[in-house]
Amino acid sequence: MTRTRVAVAAVVALVAIALGWVLFAALPRRYGATPTNTVSAAPAAAPAPAGRKIKARLFYVADDGQHLTSVEREVAYGEGAVAQAREIVAAQVAATAEPLVSPIPAGTNVRALFITERGDAYVDLSSEVSAAHPGGTTMELLTVYAIVDALTENLPAVHAVQILVDGKEQDTLAGHVDLHRPLEKNLELVQ
Amino acid sequence: MESLGPSRDSPLNFRSLSFLPLLLLALAAVLSSQPASAPALTLLSKDGRRTLPLTIAGDQELVGLDDLASTFQLQVQDSLGAITVSYKGRTIVLTPDQSLASVSGRLISLPAAPTRVGRRWLVPVEFISRALAPIYDTRLDLRKPSQLLVVGDLRVPRITARYEVLGASARLTIDALPRADSTVSQDNQRILIKFDADALDLAGPLPAPGPQALVVSVHQVDATTLAADLGPRFGGFKATSQPTDTSARQVIDLLAPADTTQTPAGPPPPPPPSPPEVPPALGGAVISMRTIVIDPGHGGDDDGARSASGTKEKDIALAVARRSKASIEGRLGIRVLLTRDDDKAVAIDDRTAIANNNKADLFVSLHVNASLRRSTSGATIYAARFDADASGRAAGGNGERLPTFGGGLRDIELVPWDLAQTRHLDQSTAFATMLQEQLAQKIPLTAHPVDSAPLRLLESANMPAVLVELGFVTNADQEKQLTSDAFQTTFVQALYDAVVRFRDSLAASGGTR
Repeated sequence: MTRTRVAVAAVVALVAIALGWVLFAALPRRYGATPTNTVSAAPAAAPAPAGRKIKARLFYVADDGQHLTSVEREVAYGEGAVAQAREIVAAQVAATAEPLVSPIPAGTNVRALFITERGDAYVDLSSEVSAAHPGGTTMELLTVYAIVDALTENLPAVHAVQILVDGKEQDTLAGHVDLHRPLEKNLELVQ
Repeated sequence: MESLGPSRDSPLNFRSLSFLPLLLLALAAVLSSQPASAPALTLLSKDGRRTLPLTIAGDQELVGLDDLASTFQLQVQDSLGAITVSYKGRTIVLTPDQSLASVSGRLISLPAAPTRVGRRWLVPVEFISRALAPIYDTRLDLRKPSQLLVVGDLRVPRITARYEVLGASARLTIDALPRADSTVSQDNQRILIKFDADALDLAGPLPAPGPQALVVSVHQVDATTLAADLGPRFGGFKATSQPTDTSARQVIDLLAPADTTQTPAGPPPPPPPSPPEVPPALGGAVISMRTIVIDPGHGGDDDGARSASGTKEKDIALAVARRSKASIEGRLGIRVLLTRDDDKAVAIDDRTAIANNNKADLFVSLHVNASLRRSTSGATIYAARFDADASGRAAGGNGERLPTFGGGLRDIELVPWDLAQTRHLDQSTAFATMLQEQLAQKIPLTAHPVDSAPLRLLESANMPAVLVELGFVTNADQEKQLTSDAFQTTFVQALYDAVVRFRDSLAASGGTR
């Protein structure tokens, strides 16, 4: 009987130790640290060799005003998926010259970007993307999906994209499109 | 130690039990192939009438993918754990044991998963309306209660008839939905009711009052004609047509001969009561819609879209919402709530909460659109759209058993707030289509007037819900239209008509949800 009690106590102690390790070591390592490391990887990415470019499909407002049209443009090379994603989004939100019309409000810039292990990209944009938005469901769809499609079309590692504004999760940019979860590629908006 | 599980020697173990449903289904398939009781879906098209065999399994009506493939020229491939159905480059992907299907990349839900019986795949009959119809070139209209599938733009009104005895006279009332006009004539001992249609959908049994009544029975004599066989006491009839925007009612008052209804000493019989005046919108017999919530978009600090001259989306939306409320409440008697009745800010989730908390039967959000291209114009009606991940979460939602006040337990189905709309998408799209049809030819529409998008407002609505973009305020011509009395009146009438159609369709299907 005593031997049984000792065995039970030993098992309980082992389970407690294992649980403690899972709670305080394994889980934080798995879920807590990864995004932070990835975020910091974006600005710290190795600088690309001077002048090296890749070709990427970027998205602009089509002539009918209700769709996107894709244009192949040269984008600065980034070392690794996060740095390359940042370069692509930076090119997508940059001001454009006629005849192209950008669906991204002027003055918008990329504050941060990170990609999770499951391929969700989080793009943190400056407040202009919301504050200077012209409104309307159509324009809001074009703004959101220009970013989503630019990443999902050009980077196989990106499965879906969630837009943050000034580092925070938002309901919408202008009252319509749900930004509370990552959005998948939607080429139905592209002519 | 005593084993709690079935003994290894037991002839009935769990593995053999797992085959039982399949065996029962196969048995059902074999039985259903017997000609005497074979259920079938009647397919009506311009080429005529044919049948598709159905298999009944539990409460599901299943149809063979091979039958659908040969009927609709589909290619079906079964490989690597997925069934791919292709039609002119468009695809439907089904997964065994999953009731979700991908239709041109969009997820839809079916009432049951595909089932294999022998070498055949069977799918719920709703596969036709939910998966095949969106990718098929021709309109497919599944009438499940009457096991009818209408292919193409045929006029097949749903016919309901009832017979009432009114003293010595009687009345035969026949409703056709959608509207199909009819002519009534007498042919010897029967009255013929011929409909201006391609075929008839007889949703319920036709009256058969009996041999001593003024009408012995009503039956169908050809594709578009009903006949009422007259009894020996029949003396004459008077037919009155009462068409509405959406349905047509034919009232036939049947009179007995004068000498059989008069008594010598008594006063003259009262004239047969005139047919009741049916208000245009009250053609449906069942009031199946109690509350509509209309949401004027934006408000307060949030102007929404603005024109170059300063016209604001929030003002147009509020004006149209107020008119819509007055029209629907005043003429239909349905309670209409506005999420805001003045110029104030309301959070998006609070708007949907008003609809959810008031158990609205329909949620309509009114907006005005914007574009960076000044020429863009037209209205669009949006239903919600969910990506595959979100739909998967909704489909995987679990129930929970909770205690009730009166004692006992109750199963509660748990659906995440932002996925409540997943179960109403079919009806939302149906209403969007009705509204588009009412708006067509009356106000400008975009190239794709019924669309879907991941709209925050709609995703959490626990009822059929649409967001209407009335037009583009950034287009100078449309800006004038949107603020004009004529445009707003036209839109409000179209919305009213769509609500009537939707209410009637709910009544025909037997409920609000």
